[in-house]
Amino acid sequence: MTPPLIKLNQVSKKYLNQTALTNITFQLTKSGIYGVIGPNGSGKTTLLKIMAGLLRSSKGTVEIMEKPVTRLSSQHIAFLSEADSLYSFQTVNQMVDFCHNVMPDFSKDKALNMIQSLNIEKDKKIKHLSKGNRARVKIVLTLSRQVPVLLMDEPLSGLDPLVREDILRMIVMNVDVEEQILVLSTHEVSEVEPFLDHVIFMKNGTCLLEKSVEQLREEKGQSVVEAMREVLS
Amino acid sequence: MGLKFDHNRPIYIQLMEYLYGQICRSEMKPGEKLPSVRELAVKVGVNPNTVSRTYMEMERTHIVVTKRGQGTFVTEDAKTIQELRKTIADQQIDDFIVMMNQVGLSNEEISQLMLEKLKKRREEKE
Repeated sequence: MTPPLIKLNQVSKKYLNQTALTNITFQLTKSGIYGVIGPNGSGKTTLLKIMAGLLRSSKGTVEIMEKPVTRLSSQHIAFLSEADSLYSFQTVNQMVDFCHNVMPDFSKDKALNMIQSLNIEKDKKIKHLSKGNRARVKIVLTLSRQVPVLLMDEPLSGLDPLVREDILRMIVMNVDVEEQILVLSTHEVSEVEPFLDHVIFMKNGTCLLEKSVEQLREEKGQSVVEAMREVLS
Repeated sequence: MGLKFDHNRPIYIQLMEYLYGQICRSEMKPGEKLPSVRELAVKVGVNPNTVSRTYMEMERTHIVVTKRGQGTFVTEDAKTIQELRKTIADQQIDDFIVMMNQVGLSNEEISQLMLEKLKKRREEKE
């Protein structure tokens, strides 16, 4: 795997006449876990989709692994969408086979191991799984790809505390923080706080602060939640 | 999952204090292998990078030793552990004295109170 690298330069995005992002510039050069934090409508999803090459920015440039982002960048990026992205008629097993066939970097062993350790029945159809199990399967499929960049849009939203804990544990167990970048957006700030290396605060389509979490604590004696209160209010 | 952290202080320091506690109480013996970075990260619920940093800091103070390809081990040097215990105790006592002075107790009163407390505890045990 090549070392991960994401560069955004003065990125703006408009949906018709509605502005979603204005002038976002940052570089993610170090591997590790990044949290994109901000209220609803602050542009988190748009930002992630632009990084993934699923949306095109209206202005500015986005580079992933030293190349301008296109749909083909998906070979370097695993994207977890907030919406239901699985075929409901497939069984879990079929789904894993499908991913294995479609994505060359997909590790079937890793996926099956994770599914086994989560006690998910492999022969059940996706549509017959509970919401929590569906979320777990989605995370499994994302984490099973051996790519330098993982993007997760609201991996925890709408799930109960036990499932959230499970998902965070899976992330810690399966993301290689020395080789991969994981960017996740969330509002469960206090819950993900101990897992983050970096935070990116968003408000009204702008990026207000991009900082290392331990630096926040060391320099300001501030937790992420406190920093958020200061920055976003 | 795992430990409760005070989010206003660096987590790697808190994790270090937790491990130092275990080492000083001999819950982790000299020469014992520490869990791998990822294992500990999953157990206490933090980012693996934080655990790496903790191990690095502990190695810098020679409390643990990393053997290439084998993992991280508690030092076998009893003197180092004794020193660690002393440093932590000193620190705690200093903080305690400052705290007591702040509530207006003189040093004599502190030592008086301390002796009484310890005596009481001993009696309760018996």
